[in-house]
Amino acid sequence: MSAKTVDKIATGVIILFAGIIVLIMVGLLGFILVRGLGHISFDFLTSPPETIREGGGIGPQLFNSLFLLVLTLIITVPLGLGAGIYMSQYAKPGRVTDSIRLIVEVLSSFPSIVVGLFGLLVFVNTFGFGFSLFSGALALTVFNLPLMVRITEQGLASVPLAQKEASLALGLSKWKTIRSVMLPIALPVILTGTILAAGRVFGEAAALLFTAGMSSPRLDFTDWNPFSPMSPLNPFRPAETLAVHIWKVNSEGLAPDAPEIAAGASAVLILTVLLFNLLARFVGRQLQKKFTASR
Amino acid sequence: MARSNDSRRVKQHIIEEWIGKILTSLCIVLLVVTIFSMVYFVATKGLSSFFKNGVSLAEMLGGTSWKPEGEPPMFGALPFIFGSFATSMLAALISAPLSICGALFMVEIMPKLGKKVLQPAIELLAGIPSVVYGFVGLSVIVPFYRNIFPGQGLGILAGASVLSVMILPTMTSIATDALRALPSGLKEGSYALGATRWQTLSRTVIPTTLPALMTGVVLGMARAFGEALAVQMVIGNAPHIPNSLFQSTSTLTSVITLSMGNTVMGTIQNNVLWTLALILLLMTFVFVFVVRWLERRAIR
Amino acid sequence: MRNIVMSTKDLNVFYGEKHAVKSLSLDFATKEVTALIGPSGCGKSTFLRSLNRMNDLIADARITGEIRIGDEDINHPKTDVVLLRQKIGMVWQRPNPFHKSIYENIAFGPRYHGIRDKRKLDEIVESSLRKAALWEETKDRLNRSALSLSGGQQQRLCIARSIAVSPDIILMDEPASALDPVSSAKVEELIAELKQEYCIVIVTHNMQQAARVSDYTAFFLMGEMVEYGATDQIFTNPEDKRTHDYISGRFG
Repeated sequence: MSAKTVDKIATGVIILFAGIIVLIMVGLLGFILVRGLGHISFDFLTSPPETIREGGGIGPQLFNSLFLLVLTLIITVPLGLGAGIYMSQYAKPGRVTDSIRLIVEVLSSFPSIVVGLFGLLVFVNTFGFGFSLFSGALALTVFNLPLMVRITEQGLASVPLAQKEASLALGLSKWKTIRSVMLPIALPVILTGTILAAGRVFGEAAALLFTAGMSSPRLDFTDWNPFSPMSPLNPFRPAETLAVHIWKVNSEGLAPDAPEIAAGASAVLILTVLLFNLLARFVGRQLQKKFTASR
Repeated sequence: MARSNDSRRVKQHIIEEWIGKILTSLCIVLLVVTIFSMVYFVATKGLSSFFKNGVSLAEMLGGTSWKPEGEPPMFGALPFIFGSFATSMLAALISAPLSICGALFMVEIMPKLGKKVLQPAIELLAGIPSVVYGFVGLSVIVPFYRNIFPGQGLGILAGASVLSVMILPTMTSIATDALRALPSGLKEGSYALGATRWQTLSRTVIPTTLPALMTGVVLGMARAFGEALAVQMVIGNAPHIPNSLFQSTSTLTSVITLSMGNTVMGTIQNNVLWTLALILLLMTFVFVFVVRWLERRAIR
Repeated sequence: MRNIVMSTKDLNVFYGEKHAVKSLSLDFATKEVTALIGPSGCGKSTFLRSLNRMNDLIADARITGEIRIGDEDINHPKTDVVLLRQKIGMVWQRPNPFHKSIYENIAFGPRYHGIRDKRKLDEIVESSLRKAALWEETKDRLNRSALSLSGGQQQRLCIARSIAVSPDIILMDEPASALDPVSSAKVEELIAELKQEYCIVIVTHNMQQAARVSDYTAFFLMGEMVEYGATDQIFTNPEDKRTHDYISGRFG
């Protein structure tokens, strides 16, 4: 066979494989949407699930997922920013910094189920937070923190050195320089990354099975006192999230319409994650524009 | 001049500097403490089944019979270890050619179309939660295998198929970065000698980027190894080494997922699950070090 | 009588293994412009950056010798870098205004240094912009983004920004080389104006510019100072042959 023929065949194979990837994506998305969209209704999104009868909804789960996401971000963002700032601005190159970097890398590759087990042992049992939104948020923080650190580092690395120098040369302290000059410029990168990370948190289930729990108390959506046990806002109540619900319905669901519920919930989950991705792109572009358009 | 005047202001900005340093250091200390306590807790729990409950290490790693409630209880975890390795390796094997071809397509063949179609497709795949992969696996892949192969359709191949799609984004993006980082002179030299594109790719581009491509494969495998729910949903969960790719079996993560809620803290049945978690943890270290080793080779 | 505000003695700067500035001793006086000239990589920018300890940002930079301001060695470990830099303004080759409004660019420094009074800040903003010959062009749009200004305006804004914290010394690293000829001429005019009040050290590639704006000139070559003297003398009658060659354009 001539070199030219081989070249043509190889190119064909590469294009074919690339096509397969696209097909997988289209098939996956198409399947979930076709199966799930029909099941999504206002009722489905707001009513509580049923255990053995059909017609159950995902209202509390959807609320739990969103609430848990907010809680997680409240804890993760400041910690991640702090640790990221330290790594990119204060850490002196050398052995200690290298080992911290290694540690962050190791933490980021821990399986999420192990993070969940750690949460069970420490947050749920040792600290006594029980199966609760708060334990779940802490577990997700552990799971998400390395990513947040990396995002912060990337954001700060995207700040031109000239900006940092200009501020320092004016006689501003390093901390003030970081806060008032560098962070605003790094914001588009950090915000975009955070939203994408939020999508990841939203879909995470393994770390939550043994921390936020697999059940949800009957919520009273008229009671917004965060200290009452039935209140949706109480962070110390167990909370099954949407992703956990999908898993549970699939593996031990007794309702006759379990596959439909799983499909509907999957579609909701996917659409939310898609929304996060679009939002990240949009926010990133808007902020970028705000900073550069007037040039 | 800079040292002496106006001592009140001196204090203020020096205090501010310290506040910044202390706040950020606290965050990083918290992170480091978290990881060490994670290793510590999982290790003490995991080792207690050997030291407190007297399970033998040989039985754990070599035994093929898992009967925690049996009389006497048996704790042979080999089926799970085998299941984890088999699914993750097979997943990496399926995903590697796909992802490398995808990366070649995006960098070398049709960058424009790649950026417009393939890149978003891969980003989308990366965003899909693992339970959704599990759900799709359960409702599409498992019935498909059930129809054309003997058996239930559940098993290693179903797990590997689901995982291979899950790890595709990781592997593709690393391969893409590696190919993009290649100095263009290298390719031009080959083309100048009259080589075709495939000759250039197979003789120059792929060999030079091989360590980086391998990094992607190992990272993908690591992710597959640690994935719990998606695998648990399609693997079947029978505690034995299967005879075929389509026979129900288990992985380390699937056993932990299923049994952790049904055992009581501190009992031997619970402790052995922590031992399995410890094995997962140790494998993570192995993967991280392999990746580091490959990265060092890639730099050279 | 020259009023020396800053002097270096036997100053060496190393970047890792590289000996970038070799045993340099120079005096800088107030109301004078000193030009540092020489081919790329001769160490003139490195020297300039060591004067306000900007080289602290470079991990493997090492400095020996003395830089004195008044009776103080600025490389002393006890020196407060923040206060030091407040006394030394800096202007870069590329304009680097903060991504803030024109007003904020100027007010940012003084506010940090303790001036909270809005009226006082307004005054500083106006006077700094006036000194930088930018007031007339910007007084109606102080709240617009600094990035909306042209390159030349941005550079003058950066000069105004450094003046706003009332420094004694202004360091300029090729301040006009990234600008068009008209803007470049304006910056030169500005330097001549600012000379009335400040000690200015300017690094430049442009020989004519050095001849036009400076009172003293130092010629650098491969980390060493080959010749130093009054600008007239350096440009009309250099003592060293290498200076002569460089000025007449034989290399560099």
